[in-house]
Amino acid sequence: MKALRLFLALSAVISGVSCTQVKPWERGHLADYLMRPGRDPLTDSVNEHVWFTREAFAGGRGVGGGGCGCN
Amino acid sequence: MTRRNLILSSAALAGAFIAPSARAAFTEGTKLPDLSTFGLSGTLPKTEGKVIYLDFWASWCAPCKASFPILNQWHEQMNVHGFSVIGISVDESEEDMTRFLKKNRVAFPVARDAAHKLVATANVSTMPTSFIIDRKGIIRHVHSGFHKKDEPVLFAQINQLMAQR
Repeated sequence: MKALRLFLALSAVISGVSCTQVKPWERGHLADYLMRPGRDPLTDSVNEHVWFTREAFAGGRGVGGGGCGCN
Repeated sequence: MTRRNLILSSAALAGAFIAPSARAAFTEGTKLPDLSTFGLSGTLPKTEGKVIYLDFWASWCAPCKASFPILNQWHEQMNVHGFSVIGISVDESEEDMTRFLKKNRVAFPVARDAAHKLVATANVSTMPTSFIIDRKGIIRHVHSGFHKKDEPVLFAQINQLMAQR
């Protein structure tokens, strides 16, 4: 029981250490062109239009910004 | 588990969350530390007695790129009057930075913070972030991001500090 508690406590500490944010200056890889879900703006806008037409709904597809930490 | 172990574990867990946010940040009204102590690669100009526009940028940051023509213009116009833009690249790869600088004309001095020591101390919230420092070395304005519409505001702030002796 004591060993189990110790294991759980250590696990909590280790997982706590592993929780970290990607800082704005570390987002070079996230901002890479290859990381974009849609790489062709024209195709994206056509898909958006089709989606809007079928669902009568606009927006809500992801969030602004490419993860580069820019505004 | 003893009470002592429990307290130590709790303290370690709390420390893991608190430590990253407890870093000192560059804030308005504080003195800019000596940049030469951060192990930057590149040549930094003398900052004593100058108004400095310290800009953190990266080759992968589109607004940073958009700001460069304006920063070039300011630097070229006012450098002789005691103003300097200093660009701090946070690129992990030196090659990325060099490639960017070959493609884009940069008229102001640039240094690279390869170890991210300076940028982590400044604790910027977005890219780019700029700090306007007065002639006494005090950080007077902090700007996150860069928009074209910010240009007159930034220029006015720089001019105001330039007028101070």
